[in-house]
Amino acid sequence: MKDKANANKEYNRDHPHWLDNKRNINRIIYALYLICTALFFSDFFYHKHVSFSFESWFGFYAVYGFIMCVGLVIGAKLMRIILMRREDYYDSDS
Amino acid sequence: MIAIAEFLLPLNPGLWLIIGAFVAILLPQSLSRWFAIIFPILLIPFLLSLNFGNHGTVSFLNYQLETFRLDALSRIFGLIFLIASALGNLYAVGDVVDKLQRCAALTYAGGALAAVFAGDMITLFIFFEIAAVASVFLIWARRTQKAFSAGMRYLIVQIGAGVILLTGLLVHFSATGSIDFNKIGLHAPGGILIILAFGIKAAFPLFHNWLQDAYPEATISGTVILSGFTTKLAIYALARSYPGTDLLIWIGAIMTAFPIFYAVIENDLRRVLAYSLNNQLGFMVVGIGIGTEMALNGTISHAFCHILYKALLFMSMGAVLLRTGTCNGSDLGGLFKTMPWSTSFCIIGAASISGFPLFSGFISKSMILTAVSAEGYWGVWLVLLFASAGVFHHSGIKIPYFAFFAHDSGLRPKEAPWTMLLAMFIAAVLCVGIGVYPAPLYAMLPYVVEYQPYTAYHVINQLQLLMFSALAFTVLMLTKIYPPELHSTNLDTDWFYRRGIKSLIVWGAQNTIAFNKFCYGIASKSVSELIDNVKQLSAEPGILSRTPALGSSVAWISALLLIILLLILY
Repeated sequence: MKDKANANKEYNRDHPHWLDNKRNINRIIYALYLICTALFFSDFFYHKHVSFSFESWFGFYAVYGFIMCVGLVIGAKLMRIILMRREDYYDSDS
Repeated sequence: MIAIAEFLLPLNPGLWLIIGAFVAILLPQSLSRWFAIIFPILLIPFLLSLNFGNHGTVSFLNYQLETFRLDALSRIFGLIFLIASALGNLYAVGDVVDKLQRCAALTYAGGALAAVFAGDMITLFIFFEIAAVASVFLIWARRTQKAFSAGMRYLIVQIGAGVILLTGLLVHFSATGSIDFNKIGLHAPGGILIILAFGIKAAFPLFHNWLQDAYPEATISGTVILSGFTTKLAIYALARSYPGTDLLIWIGAIMTAFPIFYAVIENDLRRVLAYSLNNQLGFMVVGIGIGTEMALNGTISHAFCHILYKALLFMSMGAVLLRTGTCNGSDLGGLFKTMPWSTSFCIIGAASISGFPLFSGFISKSMILTAVSAEGYWGVWLVLLFASAGVFHHSGIKIPYFAFFAHDSGLRPKEAPWTMLLAMFIAAVLCVGIGVYPAPLYAMLPYVVEYQPYTAYHVINQLQLLMFSALAFTVLMLTKIYPPELHSTNLDTDWFYRRGIKSLIVWGAQNTIAFNKFCYGIASKSVSELIDNVKQLSAEPGILSRTPALGSSVAWISALLLIILLLILY
C-alpha cells in the first residue's frame, strides 16, 4: 500500500499536471460560483417567453435545478437503506 | 428471374446487412473486421439515393408483405442505424472481437434495420426477433457465467415480448383483416398487447430491468452496439403506431424520473449509463404521447442524437474497462493523466447527453420540452425539467468525474487503442456538429421544423438549470453529503424473478416435501394397521379363515338380485 502511494507520488512528480495543484481546483470551484452568480442575475437582462406563469419567477431555473438535484441525491441516499445489498448478492444464482 | 429481381431490388438494406454478416464469417479475419465497418457505410448512399415508397412487395401465403417501406420516418432511423453499426464495428476492432461476435453484431443491426423498413407487422415481427436472438450473442461472447445467466434472462424477456407482439398482431389481424404497420392506437383490437410488446422492448417502468441487467454484462464493444438498436427500434415502432396516445405521456414522465435515482447510487459506471439510457427513452416516449408534429420531430431527432452520444459514452467507459479491467466508480479515478483523449471524448458525450448548448442533446431534447409546454402539461414539464437536471448530475458529471478525476486510484493505464479513439472521435464530431449546425438533421425529419433552439432565453435558462445542478453536485461533494461509490448491488425489479419467484418455488417445494412426508406417515401407518387387522381375521378362528357353504352363497346372491329387482320396479 505504501509502495503504491510512493509510486503515485513519483509518477505525479515526473508528470506534473495543473490539476494536481489543489489551488487550481479551488480556482475551478470559485469560477463555478462566479458563473452561477452571473447566470442567476442575468434574469434581469433578457425577456422570457414563458408557457407557464411560474417560469417567469426570478431565478426559477436556477433555484429549481439546485433544489431538485439536492433532492435527487438525498432521495437516492435514502433508497440505499432499503435497496442496497452486498455486491455478490445474486452470485449464488448462477 | 426478372420477376424475382423486380420483387427484391432494391432489397431492404437490413437484409443486405444480414447477408454481409455471413460474408464477414467467410472472409479471413484481417479483411472481415474492415468489411464490417465499410459495408454499412456503403449502404448509406444506397439508402439516400432511393425514392420514398414501397419497394419489395412479396406475396407470402396470401399475404402481401411490404418488405421495404421507405418514408421520412423510416429513412432517418435507417440512417442512424447504419452509422451506429459502422461506428460500433470500428470500435470493436480495438476490442479484438472474434468472428462470431462480428457476425452477431451485423445480424443484430441488420435485423433492427430491416424491422425499421418493414411495411407490415409480420415482417416487423420476424426481423424484431432476428435482432433479439442475434443480440444475445453479444452478451454471451463475454464468456463468463454471469454473462451467460444475464443473457438467458435477457433472451427470455425479449422472446416473451415477441410472443406478446405475435399474439397482438394475430388478434388484430383476425378482427380487422389487416397486417398493415401504421397507426394502431390503444382501442384497436390487439392494441394493448402490441403496445405492451413494444413497451417491454422500450424498457417501460417495471419492464425495464432487462436493460440494466444485461447491457453491462455484455462484451466491451457488445454494450456499445447493444445500446443503439433494440430500444430505439421500439421507440420507432411506438412513434409509427401509437402517436398521440395520452397514456404514453405519463409512462414516459415516470421513465425519465425514476432511473436517475438508481443512477446516482449505482457503482458500475456502465450500469449507470444503462439507467440514463432508460431515462433518455422516457423523453422520447413523452414526445410520442404528445403526438404533435413538433413533439414527434423532437422524439425522432432525440433518438438520432441519443444513439450517438450514448454510444460515445459507452465507448469511453469500454475503453476504461479494457485498460483497467473494471468499470466500478469506487475503484477508478485519476485516469485523465494517462487517458486524456478518452477523457475528452467522454466529456463531449457527457455534455451532449446533458443538453449543453452547442451539443447535440440541446437541439433535440429542448424540442420535446417545448412541445410539452405548448400542450400545457405543466406537471409533466416539471418532471422532464427535473430529469434534465438529473441527467447532467449523474451522467454529465458523475461518469467523467468518478472515472477520470475524483481521488487518484493510482491506476496508470495506457490510452485506448487508436481504432477505439477514432470511433469516439467520429461520434464526438457528430455530437458537436449536430449541436452547432442542426439544420441538416432538421431537414430530414418527417415534419417541417419551425423551431429555433438558439434563442437568448432558451440558452440562458438551460445554462442556469445545468450550472446550478453542477453547483449542487459541488456543494454536496464538499459537504460530504454526496453518497460515496460503494461495492454493492441495488435491488430493482429483477429481484422478483431472480429472488422472489425463486424463493417462492423453494418455499413451495419445501412445503410439498413436508406435506408429502406427513401424508406418507399417515398412509403407511393406516396400511400397516389394516394389514395387522387382516392378519388377525385370517388367523384361526378369524372370520376370514372360515370356508362358507355353497348354499349360503346362493342365498346371498338371490337376496341381492331381489333387491335390484325391487329397485328397478319402483
